[in-house]
Amino acid sequence: MTAVNPSGWRPSSPEASGSEAAPTVTGNRALMLEQPLLFEIGSRDQTGVDIEALPAANRLGGLARGGVDLPGLSEPEAVRHYTRLSRQNYAIDLGLFPLGSCTMKHNPRLNEKMARLPGFADIHPLQPQETVQGALELINRLAFWLIELTGMHSVAMSPKAGAHGELCGLLCIRAALEARGDARQVVLVPESAHGTNPATAAFCGYRVENIPATREGRVDLEALKARLGSDVAAVMITNPNTCGLFEPQMKLISDAVHAAGGFVYCDGANFNAIVGKVKPGDLGIDAMHINLHKTFSTPHGGGGPGSGPVVLSEALAPYAPLPYAARYADGSFKMVEEEHAAEEHPEAFGRMVAFHGQMGMFTRALTYILSHGADGLKQVAEDSVLNANYLLRSLNDVLDAPFGFSGPCMHEAIFSDKGFAEGFSTIDVAKALIDEGFHPMTMYFPLVVHGAMLVEPTETESKANLDQFIAALRSIAGKAKSGDPALKAAPVHAPRRRLDETLAARKPVLAYQTPAPDGSGTGLGAKYGGG
Amino acid sequence: MRYLPLSDADRSAMLDKIGAAAVDDLFCDVPEGLLRKAPIEGLPLHAGEMAVERDLTALARKNMVAGEVPFFLGCGAYKHHVPATVDHIIQRGEFLTAYTPYQPEIAQGTLQVLFEFQTQVARLLGCEVANASMYDGSTACWEAIGMARRISRKSKAILSSGLHPHYVSVCRTMAKFTGDTLETALPALEAVTDAQRLIDAIDGETSCVVVQYPDILGRVTDLQPIADACHASGALLVAVVTEPVALGALKSPGEMGADIVVGEGQSIGVGLQFGGPYVGLFATREKYVRQMPGRLAGETVDAEGKRGFVLTLSTREQHIRREKATSNICTNSGLCALAFSIHMTLLGEKGLTRLAQVNHARACAVADRLSEIPGVRLINDSFFNEFALELPVEARPAVHAMVEKGVLGGVSLGRLFPGEPQLANGLVVAVTEMVSDSDIDALEAALKEVCQ
Repeated sequence: MTAVNPSGWRPSSPEASGSEAAPTVTGNRALMLEQPLLFEIGSRDQTGVDIEALPAANRLGGLARGGVDLPGLSEPEAVRHYTRLSRQNYAIDLGLFPLGSCTMKHNPRLNEKMARLPGFADIHPLQPQETVQGALELINRLAFWLIELTGMHSVAMSPKAGAHGELCGLLCIRAALEARGDARQVVLVPESAHGTNPATAAFCGYRVENIPATREGRVDLEALKARLGSDVAAVMITNPNTCGLFEPQMKLISDAVHAAGGFVYCDGANFNAIVGKVKPGDLGIDAMHINLHKTFSTPHGGGGPGSGPVVLSEALAPYAPLPYAARYADGSFKMVEEEHAAEEHPEAFGRMVAFHGQMGMFTRALTYILSHGADGLKQVAEDSVLNANYLLRSLNDVLDAPFGFSGPCMHEAIFSDKGFAEGFSTIDVAKALIDEGFHPMTMYFPLVVHGAMLVEPTETESKANLDQFIAALRSIAGKAKSGDPALKAAPVHAPRRRLDETLAARKPVLAYQTPAPDGSGTGLGAKYGGG
Repeated sequence: MRYLPLSDADRSAMLDKIGAAAVDDLFCDVPEGLLRKAPIEGLPLHAGEMAVERDLTALARKNMVAGEVPFFLGCGAYKHHVPATVDHIIQRGEFLTAYTPYQPEIAQGTLQVLFEFQTQVARLLGCEVANASMYDGSTACWEAIGMARRISRKSKAILSSGLHPHYVSVCRTMAKFTGDTLETALPALEAVTDAQRLIDAIDGETSCVVVQYPDILGRVTDLQPIADACHASGALLVAVVTEPVALGALKSPGEMGADIVVGEGQSIGVGLQFGGPYVGLFATREKYVRQMPGRLAGETVDAEGKRGFVLTLSTREQHIRREKATSNICTNSGLCALAFSIHMTLLGEKGLTRLAQVNHARACAVADRLSEIPGVRLINDSFFNEFALELPVEARPAVHAMVEKGVLGGVSLGRLFPGEPQLANGLVVAVTEMVSDSDIDALEAALKEVCQ
């Protein structure tokens, strides 16, 4: 395969045949450097910090420790260790990261700079409130914009991640129901919802029942209506849903749920697609979490930290958790905590976290909102939807698009493995994309589509990038249909070939075990030590 | 708009390809009347870096910065020196802007770091296995109680009076909905902890005893007798560590028989950040690993037999079992775990031990000086880098009065336990390696004055 260069440049040298090259003594391949485990290169005597030596004091209640068995590295060794490891990672800074429902978009470095201002980064959560007025004002301002953008009544800022926000929303619903003496036991979750939704409902002590999706990938309104009753506490919906589609009957769904005395929870993980275009408050939603790390682009850092504020309707607002930042008529700000609750917020269901939530993420999100402004945020939704539809339209002649092209998708496009040769599946396409230099899309999710491939380009991809990705995926789709055995071997150019996940689960090795002096060892760490 | 690469020409070419006349045609599923045509009212238009920077900097300036004044606050968040290398490395794009390592072949950097983090945490806390981090210490504490319920099949948790009141609050919130019973008590301004009360309270219904170490007043207790009492009746001992640097000097909870050890990892590598993001630590014994919540990185081999790492044991997780999941946790604190791990690697045993020694020695010196102030009583016989004082006056106004003198002099128990007059004179003072001799002079002078 020759590289696809929309701008027309040509590679100046012949293609390398890397896999046939002779192995090196070190295991390294030029800039691809293998890096042993810290425990294989560090030592208990080595350290990368200079700390003054003070005469030992001992008021430790007779509990002084013998040793900690933690290897150290000098500073240059540590810098190399982590720099080498970083180069084994794909990241949005390297290229397209089209994980559906995960919204991997550009992370502006201004956000990082602002979060590191000492006035935000170097303040303690229990400092007297008069010494943190700027921080409280920041939280209050972000809360204001989240309410404006969603058209809701209020917002609970403290949840630490999207799934934690779901928990917060359901706890508000449960508290509201209990306040009216209503012991409803069931939460309805459509098939197209995120996997965390039923887990959250079960975690809160609810019985979870599924509502089927229609063939068009939407909530089956009639099935939902038929199930509604006096035992249903809430319906948890993802909108836009995980099939990448807007739920056009959302308002009708909300009205039906409310008429039956229940509440509507909306998973806001896909808010990216409608920010500035649709106010969830207009859709009759009672609670929705906003993944600040997705919609407002705080870095995902290899899996977190997230941040999941929850916007609430007027009916649920009184039950929101503590603490929250309030603004007073005199212009001062206060963190409303337990001590003020009796007077100012008597129905609060309690506290979800120590301290006040993800301040560092709040700073990044507010920076992002101010940078985009009213015009930019609207453009975010439009470009993310445009990019996804462009992908859908450019690929639906080579990949089966179960819900297209009957109409547009939102910010993510879904394909299935229909038409692939016997024995070929979505995972083969994904691994082949790795060799082409792209992070694969979300695989096998949502469950309602067989061999699902959920592709979310986001608004921060250029057309040229999308064209290159489309060309790669078109070529790979062709191989999957013709049953090209090379696809099964992919990836061949990644730092590792396909990894044995079954072995990892069957014989878990979750911590490094120092090999015994005779070279035997108890875990895989010893057996395969040194790579 | 600098973050959006599409040009108007791109947009119209793409709309042509799609066969749509205008971008709003792509929003045709949104019912009429619900689609906003005009930009959001009230929000200013997009702004350049300089304008946003000016705005945020003005807000930041309204705060009193910990590093710029004599500073003695702890109670679950600590100010330690973080080597410059830590922040530099976590800002490498390949770490900062990577996602959950769902494609292990191109995520070995994150996965190896998580595996190393798990090993470091397990060793520090004295357990066999640790997970790849939780949201923070308080949520990890609640998850530990849930895990103890699943293992013991009992649902009464006995909480030490020395457990951080915010952690108690979080557990109380969750217990309301899960049906767990929590036995709690308020701490007393005494050197002796409530270890005996905990032991006496254990019965056949007890799922676990939860003890903070060092506790909210900074006291340390031998956990072994509590662990023995727990095990004799089929309960688990959960230990909570909010200051992990302490474990450079103190016996680990695992060594003393704790079954689950959770902690707040903020102290190592992660800054104060007004309370978050932080990093929850969670470790346990090997036999309980399948009941442990959160993500796990495990070692395996690739198709060529090379060592590699993957996320594993995810059948416990929400994305497989949905309504049968034991926890709804979806993310972890990957980047903060990385910061923790880098800092710990730079320290190593040698650095950590020495850091702990400096913290303890300085705290001892400050405790001695402050307890000489007339009317001030040192509560603790034992402590690591944090101790409690009983003042002759109410501590909360004293803290505010010290702010007037430019000193952040500690956390008043009145802030943490509002409406408890017997604790109102309690002040918790934390001393780390960051505290200078002149800071100590300033605190002593300020406290002396406010106690008169």
